[in-house]
Amino acid sequence: MDAVLQAMAERVGAAAQRGQPLRLHGGGTKDFYGNGLAGDPFDTRAYAGIVSHESSELVVTARGGTPLAELEHALAETSQMLPFEPPHFGAGATLGGCVAAGLSGPRRASAGALRDFVLGARLLDGRGRVLSFGGQVMKNVAGYDVSRLLAGSLGTLGVILEVSLKVLPRPATEATLRLEATQREALEWMNRWAGRPLPVSATSFAQGELCVRLSGAPAAVRAARQALGGAELPRAAEFWTSLREHTHPAFATDRPLWRLSVPSTTPPLGLAGAQLIEWGGALRWLASDAESGTIREVARRAGGHATLFRARDKTCGAFAPLSVASARLHRELKAAFDPAGIFNRGRLYPDL
Amino acid sequence: MGEAVPVEHIDAGRRRAVAEALRAHLPARAVLYEEEDTRPYECDGLTAYRRLPMVVALPEDEEQVRHVLRTCSSMGVPVVPRGAGTGLSGGALPLADGVLLSMAKFMRVLRIDPQARIAVVQPGVRNASISDLSAPFGLYYAPDPSSQIACSIGGNVAENSGGVHCLKYGLTVHNVLRVRGYTMEGEPVEFGSEALDAPGYDLLALTVGSEGMLALITEVTVKLLPVPPLARVVMASFDDVEKAGAAVAAVIAEGIVPAGLEMMDRQATGAAEEFVRAGYDVGAAAILLCESDGTPEEVEEEIACIKEVLARAGATHMRVSRDEGERLRFWSGRKAAFPAVGRLSPDYYCMDGTIPRRRLGEVLRFISGMEVKYGLRCPNVFHAGDGNLHPLILFDANNAAELQRTEQFAAEVLEKCIEVGGTITGEHGVGVEKIDQMCVQFRPEELETFHAVKRAFDPRGLLNPGKAVPTLVRCAEFGRMRVHSAAPRFPDLPRF
Repeated sequence: MDAVLQAMAERVGAAAQRGQPLRLHGGGTKDFYGNGLAGDPFDTRAYAGIVSHESSELVVTARGGTPLAELEHALAETSQMLPFEPPHFGAGATLGGCVAAGLSGPRRASAGALRDFVLGARLLDGRGRVLSFGGQVMKNVAGYDVSRLLAGSLGTLGVILEVSLKVLPRPATEATLRLEATQREALEWMNRWAGRPLPVSATSFAQGELCVRLSGAPAAVRAARQALGGAELPRAAEFWTSLREHTHPAFATDRPLWRLSVPSTTPPLGLAGAQLIEWGGALRWLASDAESGTIREVARRAGGHATLFRARDKTCGAFAPLSVASARLHRELKAAFDPAGIFNRGRLYPDL
Repeated sequence: MGEAVPVEHIDAGRRRAVAEALRAHLPARAVLYEEEDTRPYECDGLTAYRRLPMVVALPEDEEQVRHVLRTCSSMGVPVVPRGAGTGLSGGALPLADGVLLSMAKFMRVLRIDPQARIAVVQPGVRNASISDLSAPFGLYYAPDPSSQIACSIGGNVAENSGGVHCLKYGLTVHNVLRVRGYTMEGEPVEFGSEALDAPGYDLLALTVGSEGMLALITEVTVKLLPVPPLARVVMASFDDVEKAGAAVAAVIAEGIVPAGLEMMDRQATGAAEEFVRAGYDVGAAAILLCESDGTPEEVEEEIACIKEVLARAGATHMRVSRDEGERLRFWSGRKAAFPAVGRLSPDYYCMDGTIPRRRLGEVLRFISGMEVKYGLRCPNVFHAGDGNLHPLILFDANNAAELQRTEQFAAEVLEKCIEVGGTITGEHGVGVEKIDQMCVQFRPEELETFHAVKRAFDPRGLLNPGKAVPTLVRCAEFGRMRVHSAAPRFPDLPRF
């Protein structure tokens, strides 16, 4: 019996009885994300370690407290990677926090999101019970897909104890091209490329500069370079890391930072402020003092949504409001996993 | 499988009342209750289970769907959704006191947007027709279950269907962006979006694969991918099934993610060859089909690499498809494997377990042992790349003893899948067929959580009740709950 897990479960059970809110945290690298933090700190890092990594299975299983850097390092040793390129936002990021935040990096548009790679999870629910969902195999349709539901749940459904993820081999070759373009051209090109069999693994556009990363077999990357033109970007790995980690100068702003997730073909948004585009046009970062209602309405009309990602004042709510029906489902699901409402109260929505 | 379904009494008065209430807003042709009209709906692709529905409703638009749900909700009548009826786990088995809601009339493709690479379709649209209609734009819909010429996208969403290209291109859950529909109470809902994510919990992921138990889907937005310019397949023979299994692991370990990686054993190969003349090596103990797709340069590099790995793994013979015609011919045997095997015996029972690839040899040995133990033949076809097994037990349903042996054989294999760290169903769903094995795979508190998830969407339990998740009472009667004999699933876990 694992004493750490036992202690965690007992603490949750006791907190549930008293109705004492808990604030789940790992390295605290994503404390800025979502709405305000409430409750007694509950450190998840004691339950850590890689449980199994069978490289020929393309699956890794690790405990929630495992440092994300440690996990990525172990995968790199066998030339594998987390295909969704999760942002760390700091040295102490953990796997549990990564899954709870549900954020994906530059490769998302081509490889898929974090949720696409979740195969299974173990959860400490609001009654202090250890529950296991999904598994360690690629295909599994037994029971509702609760493990994917945890991706992006911001810890509101329970403590993510262990996660199994599908991993992929690292591409043999990568090259990044830089092209000059207007925003309209960049959006058109990115969408056109995505409809062709090209090994595009990431795109970005800011200030007249379109960057496209090609990943894959050497012959395919070579052929695509010729087809797309442009100049090769030096130190490309650092560039993509700086986008992923928001250390790129475009993110150095005092203005509120918005994350607009919209259909990739959405025309230029016409909102005041500086923009950086990723994911083939589907992700638009906007540093802007524009009114929150205006920004949310523009995103909604485009068929997407706007998240207030980083800001001193989040009184308008970090996340776009839900429909009445969806909000009711959220409350019911929250109650199913955490009936006493102790986990990360208000972090996702005020009534969760 | 399972117990033969008893003939259940349909309450004629109730039937009349429900049919009349439905006809208030549906045309008469859309509400069926005479036995000759309802008989075609008595089963889905799992024909061992049959039951006449009380009433069949065939709504023609969303308003009518909403009316059916609201009417049934207010009258307390359970509703069983049905797509094309090709499901293999009895997920669309009707209820004698319920309405079978067929989405067969929802056949329209609403929009194909080649620039955004999406298609918006109604749930009754056939899987293959999405790719057919997208082909002029150089696009296709990736998940390709073997039944793709018949199965509907709505059913694919309900079951999270896979196919032979899952390892590289994912399952339904990876290729659906958004669904729209209604809760059992008739409330409109929309999960996911045409953007790459949506705020809040990932209710789309929860709905996909929920076997029609959380919401009734009326519209689906799917992702389209560019058609690879070239695909070639390597067909490799092995003189030993375990060597073929090891070869599968070796391909993956080499850093190759093939577009498809399938395995068939000698019995399955022989049946398929007899049926479609695919050019299989019937002398081999097992054959592998390993496909590479992409640009001509990529495919050339990858095929060379695959051949080298397979040769090292002990392939006795290899052929690479020379053209598209030959590639399709190599696949034709695999795609026709079920009907081919069906010709060997009056009946066959198809299993759907998934296991970690490295345990393939062990599980194959186990299945061979079961063939001897129960005196039944069991050809095997596998989606080897993702560890998904489809052993096909051959039996005669008219022989009661054989039927019973088949059930025991299947139960032992599914439980072996769980024991080695796998699952009882990779892509066919639990339905009514594998509901007892759910008691083995999950503990009571996990099953309770599934029921709580269901209640969040459908508080009165009227949408496809009795499928996919067993009640704890049923598990107790089954007597297998949490019984993993000497090998509990997580031996180091505290039990509270």
